Amino acid sequence: MATEVFAEAPTARTKLPWGRWLLITAVVGWFAILILVPALALIRGAFAKGIAPFLDALATPEAQQAFVLTLTITLLATVINTIFGLAFAIVLVRQNFWGKTLADGLVDLPFAVSPIIAGLMLIIVYGGNGWIGRWLEPMGIHVVYAWPGMLLATVFVTLPFVVREVIPVLREFGVDQEEVAYTLGAGRWRTFWSVTLPSIRWGLAYGITLTVARSLGEFGALLVVSGNIIGRTQTATLYVHDGIESFNNEGAYAASVLLAGVSFVMLIGMELLRKRVESQETVD
Amino acid sequence: MSQVTRGGLSARSELPLRAVSLLYLGLMVVLPLAALAVQAAEPGPAAFWKEMTNPFAWHALKLTFATAGIMVLINAVTGTATAWVLVRYSFPGKKVMNALIDLPFAVPTVVTGLMLVALYGPTSVLGTFLGRNGMGIIYQQPGIVLALLFVTYPFVIRSVQPVLLEMDRSEEEAAATLGADTLTTFRRVTFPTLWPAILTGTALAFSRALGEFGSVVMVAGNRPLATKTGPMYIFGEIESGNRHGAMVVSAVLLTCSLGILIVLNRLQRRGEAVHGH
Repeated sequence: MATEVFAEAPTARTKLPWGRWLLITAVVGWFAILILVPALALIRGAFAKGIAPFLDALATPEAQQAFVLTLTITLLATVINTIFGLAFAIVLVRQNFWGKTLADGLVDLPFAVSPIIAGLMLIIVYGGNGWIGRWLEPMGIHVVYAWPGMLLATVFVTLPFVVREVIPVLREFGVDQEEVAYTLGAGRWRTFWSVTLPSIRWGLAYGITLTVARSLGEFGALLVVSGNIIGRTQTATLYVHDGIESFNNEGAYAASVLLAGVSFVMLIGMELLRKRVESQETVD
Repeated sequence: MSQVTRGGLSARSELPLRAVSLLYLGLMVVLPLAALAVQAAEPGPAAFWKEMTNPFAWHALKLTFATAGIMVLINAVTGTATAWVLVRYSFPGKKVMNALIDLPFAVPTVVTGLMLVALYGPTSVLGTFLGRNGMGIIYQQPGIVLALLFVTYPFVIRSVQPVLLEMDRSEEEAAATLGADTLTTFRRVTFPTLWPAILTGTALAFSRALGEFGSVVMVAGNRPLATKTGPMYIFGEIESGNRHGAMVVSAVLLTCSLGILIVLNRLQRRGEAVHGH
């Protein structure tokens, strides 16, 4: 059969049109069933009683506090990981030192750690009898079961993003222009701000976007470090989880739709930035 | 490289910047990891073994590996097919779909869980129908596989896609010219080029699945010896104060997911060395 069609169309791809359409249908159908239909079910659930109850659910003080806490933690974690991520990327690309390969590998470690295990690690280190916690607790500094722990957890899970996205663009960019600026008398900061930073901006922006998206959605590590306390400080994801546990379905659904909406916007941002980074890399 | 380090920026600022970066890495990553390793091992191998093989922990570990294994088998096939369709064929809506592939990476896991509950849960029409016919998904083991399939959906696709794009198609065309049908061409010519990418994608997905919590906890129902996975067991033991039990299962899962990533990294480096990139 293949040879018959082959006689009319000498390119390999046009051989089995029905097989091709079957495959396309299967692939698109799988995507729809696995991803799109559940997403639509969530939206349908959130708006089951109309738009007003949806907005009411988001307007409760608990929901608003949860989103404010999520945004605060996201902002702080992103700032911290942007600064240290940039420093780390510069060190890994521009410097040579003993143990560099190990350090390079360790940066990716948070990607391999389950959020629950990340939370457990923080409890072990910063809890009452932990290695650092035993020094902090007597001074009245509470990390675990308090917001600093939630911040640390978010910083941990998002640590690799900026480093990983900045390294390739920094490597691509090279040092020639920096050397020129430096030779012309620009100081180190001046060189960094006006030469290095502008040339790595898209890669950096992509890394920051990934960090923000992941911070907004972090759940497991926060659940562990926030403890199982009724009326605990909640982030948006904890609010969703606790809402389902306590039969506050309206609140959980509404907050989920808002989180999903924000992550959808972040995804579009990522797509645009990735294209920028790729086109920049091919131009260079 | 000596030329690079001569650069103006790095000449004097080298040491402080490196010290700060490494200190940050040490404090944020190495210290917590070391604390977990030391405290999990401290009570000795016998205590470790006892915690690992207690029936509840053992079942949770087995369930995690089994569900991740099933997920990976499905993803290897569907992911490769999806990458293939997205690279080789054009159809209406292809661009939109390609942009939406990473959606599972962007959506918070807990929201993913709620999406699945909304569709298949006991209060939905579909969930009630499935439950009545003995095919319940939510609060059952299939729900766990479904959640894992959702959160790991992009891995194989994003790993296979670039290889397919860069692939030299003259060999496939030669095979077709010599009379091989589509399937034979795929099996004998395309697949041998693709399998390292398929393996990479599935390994990443497997590693991720070993630690998945947010989506699974929403759909699994948390029944010990039935739907409680490794990460859920760890959480339960932390809550009930058995910290060593939590650390032991954490150490097992972490060793496996780290091991997978390290082996993968080695293989990729060797591959790059062979191909001379």
